[in-house]
Amino acid sequence: MKSTLFNMVAVLFTVTLIASAGVGAVNMITADAIAEANAAATTQAVSNVLPEFDNTEISEQTIDDMTITVYTATNAGQTVGYAVESMTKNGFGGVIRLMVGFGADGKILNVNVLQQSETPGLGTKMADEGNALLSSIQNKNSWEIEFKVKKDGGELDALTAATISSRAYYEAVARAYEAYKVACGYQESADSVSGATATANNAGQQAQKGGQNE
Amino acid sequence: MNKMQIILNGILKNNPTFVLVLGMCPTLGTTTSAVNGLGMGVATMAVLIMSNLVISLIKNFIPDKVRIPAFIVVIASFVTIIQMLMQAYVPSLYASLGVFIPLIVVNCIILGRAEAFASKNGAMDSILDGVGIGLGFTIALTLIGAVREILGSGAIFGFSLGIADYMPLVFVLAPGAFFVLGYMMVLFNKLAKK
Repeated sequence: MKSTLFNMVAVLFTVTLIASAGVGAVNMITADAIAEANAAATTQAVSNVLPEFDNTEISEQTIDDMTITVYTATNAGQTVGYAVESMTKNGFGGVIRLMVGFGADGKILNVNVLQQSETPGLGTKMADEGNALLSSIQNKNSWEIEFKVKKDGGELDALTAATISSRAYYEAVARAYEAYKVACGYQESADSVSGATATANNAGQQAQKGGQNE
Repeated sequence: MNKMQIILNGILKNNPTFVLVLGMCPTLGTTTSAVNGLGMGVATMAVLIMSNLVISLIKNFIPDKVRIPAFIVVIASFVTIIQMLMQAYVPSLYASLGVFIPLIVVNCIILGRAEAFASKNGAMDSILDGVGIGLGFTIALTLIGAVREILGSGAIFGFSLGIADYMPLVFVLAPGAFFVLGYMMVLFNKLAKK
């Protein structure tokens, strides 16, 4: 078909109009299902890291320019734990998102990796059950942990041949811990977590220790 | 050309991956496992069939100079629709294919078939061409994914064969994609010549 200014404008306008109407219609059909799927995924992730609960309260904090979401879980009005959705941008393959479960007593109950793009077979082991990263912090009191791998002078194990991934993992957990401290009312607002070495704020930990002894 | 020939043409003589060598980005990027390859292939096939159909229907109303933008709008709309449907009903597959779903828009197979076939043929033939090329792409991606999964992580369609520790990891990494694709291309063309 020969092109004139009028028919080009008219045809492109019509095509985009019909196309956007189609996309809009499908969006209306799927919006609820997408929201449901996302909500189900979140509920699943929270219940994976916490004991049984019947209600969650959501709050958000911004630490190091990243949005950290805290789900405060209660069972019959009693706080049973805090699930913190934390993240880091320092993974070997970019962003890593984790859900960290803290008990009401501050113990790290479980960590669930929500999203990662680490090297298959090396860094991806962070998502496996019973991996070295999880087992070196699970069921420990969070205020007693220095979030550093052995290579950086800490006491935590790293994954074999995946030190960068391991550092990033602990950095994200440390950030979750900062958010947890605020959520449980110990601290007004979160300190930042220092860069790639994932060192939790030492002074904060000392203070927390003191606080627990009192 | 009869109907069966159009389909077979897409799978064998004009196989998009092994013969035309189109759409290499999703081919190399998503085939870390057979399931991912299959999912990507089916999603691409769905977009291809729909866009071929619509473009063959509207081809007579599109002025030549705005042909490409009009085709891209049609393709992008179908990709967005497929993306929303996958996000709603198969969220786990959507999560594992990630950024490659929106990238179907720029997959050269789809625009290529719109230009080379759908804009010159009728609706029925265009659908069949979409099915043929789509099947060719799906089969190729699933095969590459299966080979990489077996060699790299000792599993097939997610079922572990219990040999993961003895397998060379490189096949699920990026370089492995090039090795497998190269050798399968050689094999395909050798068999197809006979």
